[in-house]
Amino acid sequence: MRLRLIFRIAQSLLMARWKQTLVAAIGVTFSITMFIALLSFMVGLNELLDNLILNRTPHVRLYNEIKASAHQPINSASEFQRGYHFIRSIKPNSNRQQLYNSIALQKVLQEDPRVKGIAARITAPVFFNDGVVDLTGVLNGIDIKNENALFHFNDYIVKGKSEDLAIVSNSIILGASLADKLQASVGDMVSVTTARGTRFPLKVAGIFQSGLQEMDKTMSYTSLATAQKVLGKSSDYMTDLQIRLHHLELAPELAREYALRFNTDAEDIQTSNAQFETGSFIRTLIAYSVGITLLIVAGFGIYNILNMMIYEKMDSIAILKATGFSGQDVNRIFIVIALSIGFFGGIVGLLLGFLLSVGIDHIPFHTASLPTITTYPVSYNPIFYSIASCFSIMTTYLSGWAPARKASRIDPVVIIRGK
Amino acid sequence: MENRIVLESRHLCKQFRDPVIIDVLKDITLSVRQGDFVSISGKSGCGKSTLLYVLSTMDTDYSGELFIDGQLMRGRTEKQLAQVRNEKIGFVFQFHYLLNEFTVVENVMLPGLKLGTFSEAHVRTRAMDRLTMLGIEKLADKKANQLSGGEKQRVAIARALINDPLLLLCDEPTGNLDKANSLIVFSIFKELAEKHHQTLLVVTHDQEFAANSHRIITMEDGHVISNVKNTHSV
Ligand SMILES: Nc1ncnc2c1ncn2[C@@H]1O[C@H](COP(=O)(O)OP(=O)(O)OP(=O)(O)O)[C@@H](O)[C@H]1O
Ligand SMILES: [Mg+2]
Repeated sequence: MRLRLIFRIAQSLLMARWKQTLVAAIGVTFSITMFIALLSFMVGLNELLDNLILNRTPHVRLYNEIKASAHQPINSASEFQRGYHFIRSIKPNSNRQQLYNSIALQKVLQEDPRVKGIAARITAPVFFNDGVVDLTGVLNGIDIKNENALFHFNDYIVKGKSEDLAIVSNSIILGASLADKLQASVGDMVSVTTARGTRFPLKVAGIFQSGLQEMDKTMSYTSLATAQKVLGKSSDYMTDLQIRLHHLELAPELAREYALRFNTDAEDIQTSNAQFETGSFIRTLIAYSVGITLLIVAGFGIYNILNMMIYEKMDSIAILKATGFSGQDVNRIFIVIALSIGFFGGIVGLLLGFLLSVGIDHIPFHTASLPTITTYPVSYNPIFYSIASCFSIMTTYLSGWAPARKASRIDPVVIIRGK
Repeated sequence: MENRIVLESRHLCKQFRDPVIIDVLKDITLSVRQGDFVSISGKSGCGKSTLLYVLSTMDTDYSGELFIDGQLMRGRTEKQLAQVRNEKIGFVFQFHYLLNEFTVVENVMLPGLKLGTFSEAHVRTRAMDRLTMLGIEKLADKKANQLSGGEKQRVAIARALINDPLLLLCDEPTGNLDKANSLIVFSIFKELAEKHHQTLLVVTHDQEFAANSHRIITMEDGHVISNVKNTHSV
């Protein structure tokens, strides 16, 4: 009953100044709309760019770096134990990029509950022969099935089929720029030369485009078996194990654990893509600050209208207080006015914000480097909508607070004597 | 048998300190009994309005004691005082102070809705009763700003009466009205006093009006100089 009365008085005051009220509400609507649209777009873009990297980067990568052994013979000589050893020009003892005991290693990893999946890989530097010119590149032997399941390899194939790698023997998928240079298209033969000098003809099964120019210029993919054949290695030969985890955050910890346990090198995604996180963070920060600035500006609009209302309605406030409304009641009336401007302006803003992001989502956006994208990326995370509602209610409350306090402190005697 | 005292002040004093100290009210002691019709008159600037604001609990900056319905008003919170005004005091000022956004009947209902004793429908019938008593029931659904000055003042009286106040306080209720309207308002007060035994405390400049009241308090320079029963009134 009491609250209803307060709402009714608030409503009548709003109606008395409905044009200004509408302008204030439109201010809120505009800022919420922009907040939602901006955030949806920015985060959509972030996710797109993140996925560009994250989708094909293993969370943890196990490999063997070619480096000199830390354990040199002099360390074992008892007579030199107490001295400090200076050894110059140490050479790595053998070119062993291979992961030892790879079959057992894979088995252990597959049983680890934290691991979502693994894909073995062979990386080898090769030359692509184009007439007399040799182009440097990288041949990746991949496990096609797992690579598709874990790293969305298929998404980047623009011509041909990735599955053909497993079916057609001695086949290869080339990066788009590389294929361009070699003037090779699907069905053509290209020849690759390994670092050891062996030449091998391979049939082009497809073309891929990753969106990262550096990759498209050098990378090529073939099946594990073909890679082993080209390099002349046995069927357990692999240089990398790519691990995808259930929880990305565990990557640094697990990398450390695996490095110790399997005595290999391990790299986690956080380390390999540190600069990427920073970019995303800054973009999100900008989106939030612009949105919140807009809301604060809208808050000033509400502050103004309420102040105006109070000056205009001094008489009404005075008689309400004379006839038994307390300062608290008057305070509530103005808070209700502020909040309802925020509430209705906010609701419409959420709706328009959603529609605007749907609109952005339908604007065509073609770029050579992102073959799977046809429209601008937009994220529809409900979090944005709840943040926007919270902020609109909060800023309207804060902007109503001071005027409401002022109204509640009006001394009716001063007003009534003034007449 | 004498009626109970509804309003009593003991040694009320008030000063304004702005810009120099002026004593506006000096040792005012008076009491109003239930059913009394009291008028206060005096020269302009002698402190009548100031006294009325203190008696109404709206002005709390005074010394001395104020009792309403036997209860001491000192030391109460702003909220409690608002409650007292809502329940026990009706106001009529020189200016009507109606809310333009509301209809006449809604204006009358507001203090009743605030009190919250009766349902909204009941408050509405009570409001209509009072409008009928004052002869303006036809205006009930008009907006407040569509009325004439005299009509507005009558609506203000109806609003003051909505909660059956113990005490009706009026500050020059006819000050803004022409002769004809003043007469109507006079007759309303007379009827209230005589037929409904409404307790009335009215500040007025009008000698004729004062002559109709039961008791006349005269003030001068912040003092009550006379407080006499009016033997001429009925
Ligand atoms: N806020 C104030 N500050 C200082 N002095 C004031 C203030 N309000 C009123 N006064 C002074 O107090 C005195 C009493 O004023 P009050 O309004 O009570 O007179 P009144 O008897 O009602 O006069 P009138 O018949 O003209 O309405 C006047 O001299 C006035 O100037
Ligand atoms: Mg006065």
